[in-house]
Amino acid sequence: MSQIHSPIADAWTPAQLQAVIDAHRLMPGAMLPTLHAIQDRFGYIPDAAVPMIAEALRHTRAEVHGIISFYHHFRTHPPGRNVIQICRAEACQSVGSRQLEAHARQRLGIDYHQTTPDHEYTLEPVYCLGNCACGPSVRVNDDVMGRMTPEQFDELTDELSATVVEVK
Amino acid sequence: MAITVYVPRDTTALALGADRVATRLERGARARNIDINIVRNGSRGLFYLEPLVEIETPEGRLAYGPVTPKDVDSLIEAGLLEARQDHPLALGLTEEIDYLKRQQRLTFSRIGITDPVSIEDYTTLRGFEGLKKTLALDSQAVVDEVKTSGLRGRGGAAFPTGIKWQTVHDQPPGQKYVVCNADEGDSGTFADRLVMECDPYLLIEGMTIAGLAVGAEQGYIYLRSEYPLAHAILDNAIERAVAAGYLGDNILGSDRAFHLEVRLGAGAYICGEETSLLESLEGKRGLVRAKPPLPAIEGLFGRPTVVNNVLSLAAIPFIMDQGGQTYADYGMGRSRGTLAIQLAGNVQRGGLVELAFGTSLRELMEGFGGGTHSGRPLKAVQVGGPLGAYLPESQWDNPVDYEGFAAFGGVVGHGGVVMFDDSIDMGDQARFAMEFCSVESCGKCTPCRIGAVRGVEVIDRIRAGDAAEKNLVLLTELCETMVDGSLCAMGGMAPFPVQSVLQHFPDDLTPRQAVMAGGTTC
Repeated sequence: MSQIHSPIADAWTPAQLQAVIDAHRLMPGAMLPTLHAIQDRFGYIPDAAVPMIAEALRHTRAEVHGIISFYHHFRTHPPGRNVIQICRAEACQSVGSRQLEAHARQRLGIDYHQTTPDHEYTLEPVYCLGNCACGPSVRVNDDVMGRMTPEQFDELTDELSATVVEVK
Repeated sequence: MAITVYVPRDTTALALGADRVATRLERGARARNIDINIVRNGSRGLFYLEPLVEIETPEGRLAYGPVTPKDVDSLIEAGLLEARQDHPLALGLTEEIDYLKRQQRLTFSRIGITDPVSIEDYTTLRGFEGLKKTLALDSQAVVDEVKTSGLRGRGGAAFPTGIKWQTVHDQPPGQKYVVCNADEGDSGTFADRLVMECDPYLLIEGMTIAGLAVGAEQGYIYLRSEYPLAHAILDNAIERAVAAGYLGDNILGSDRAFHLEVRLGAGAYICGEETSLLESLEGKRGLVRAKPPLPAIEGLFGRPTVVNNVLSLAAIPFIMDQGGQTYADYGMGRSRGTLAIQLAGNVQRGGLVELAFGTSLRELMEGFGGGTHSGRPLKAVQVGGPLGAYLPESQWDNPVDYEGFAAFGGVVGHGGVVMFDDSIDMGDQARFAMEFCSVESCGKCTPCRIGAVRGVEVIDRIRAGDAAEKNLVLLTELCETMVDGSLCAMGGMAPFPVQSVLQHFPDDLTPRQAVMAGGTTC
């Protein structure tokens, strides 16, 4: 995980965290729904949430930490504005995902599990997006894209970067 | 009268620009003052033709594909909205497309035809008929019907579904659960996703029937977090099914209850293993449980639980509607019914092929798939996901069936067929099998947790020419240890692809070949 804190790093308050936890605590098997809800809302699971979840769901802090670290999906640091996942699984390998991975790392200047210094991109590996007949597949936030070539990847990142300028 | 135009909305169609196609169609029609009604249907599973646009005509739907956003204007100019067939992308009647026409779609009879969340569309095509028949039967009769069908678990383990249901059924009354394993993590598979995105009521109906059969009133769909679209569609469909009385406390006025909820996984391949899945649903790390006790006796929260794959549950409505024997009439040997084969990877015509068991791999890859996408010769095929063996050409004429495949060390698994052309370095693939296992192992048992890491190291040494011969012996022994000593199929099968490379593609796992093929040597 990247150690860089993006500008949204502290966009939560203990009261907000507690409200999300309280909304899920009575569900059977509440742990994963709670963790998902926190990450969906704040982009990651802040360290401060761990003792609060432990208290609410009657776990030790070590157990909560163990659960968060077990699952690849959960992050404990804020991601970049765009999370780009590249499929590393076999179906995509057969149509050139290894070259695409290398290209993406070089283009963004980061490795997997890292965030660019400008907090624009977080790069993550993923093992199958279910788009296996039309790979290589890439997921940008919640959108899956197929038949991704290195050239299209450059166009994609150009477009994503351009959006920022417009927003500002 | 508005012209009805269909533009699919499943993940693959969207990944290839279906939303932009729909927008351009709307804009193009408006500019010409033509009244159109765009329906966002599911995909037919003919992914090589996606986005597949269809026009409703009195003779049936006419297809055009693959339509990129840039093609829309020329299609409209060539008379798409008058259903003319002059454009190079025109494909004629959808139902007459050879790839589709040659299939035996029992489970996937509705996908791509309907609006996925329309209950009306679903019931028009025999939806919920199986549920209605189930409500009129006693629970043992339902279990018997499933046994008659010969249905075996489509997730990969191929355990008879009826026997599993019988075990849960026979447990004393009390809290029981139906859990759907929708953690479709095998590379090369997308059939579960197609069910959930294109025909979600089919899964809802199958799970409700399972609940009625075994005496469970609560169901969970454990869905992988990599499928956000399936999540949204399922949640929407469940809400509508509750409102229409197909789910809830009083199903269709029968006074019987079944409740359903989607729970998201969190990017852990191992959670597709049923006991790991149950741990995860309970809110824990997804560590595999030792069996026994079987989940059917002590499953979720310690209660009797049916854990079935999406495709097993999706086969149930047909079985209850048309009869178990009708389903069993398809297939060969002890593999009854149909299998959803997913053609993926380096394939010219990728997509879903539902056929009775017994078709050969060659027919699937060449007859349906049309060979590789790159146009280069096929070299190897991995069937059954990342834990399945790589099969060389000498094995492509075997019919696909559970026992037949097992006889030569193949795995049917979830029906994924990933094709590779001759540019692939099988040494890379062997290394990846071990690497994947090291990333995804739950860590509970040593052969899997440590074996996978050592496997990567040993393969790297072989490829670097570091005492290659001795290390090849070591790799062989390591594979045997993992197969024999692991707690579940993850560590127990992860060596299969490696062993298949050693056996069938030995030239690719030597340093000389690694360098020649441009593979990594470090």
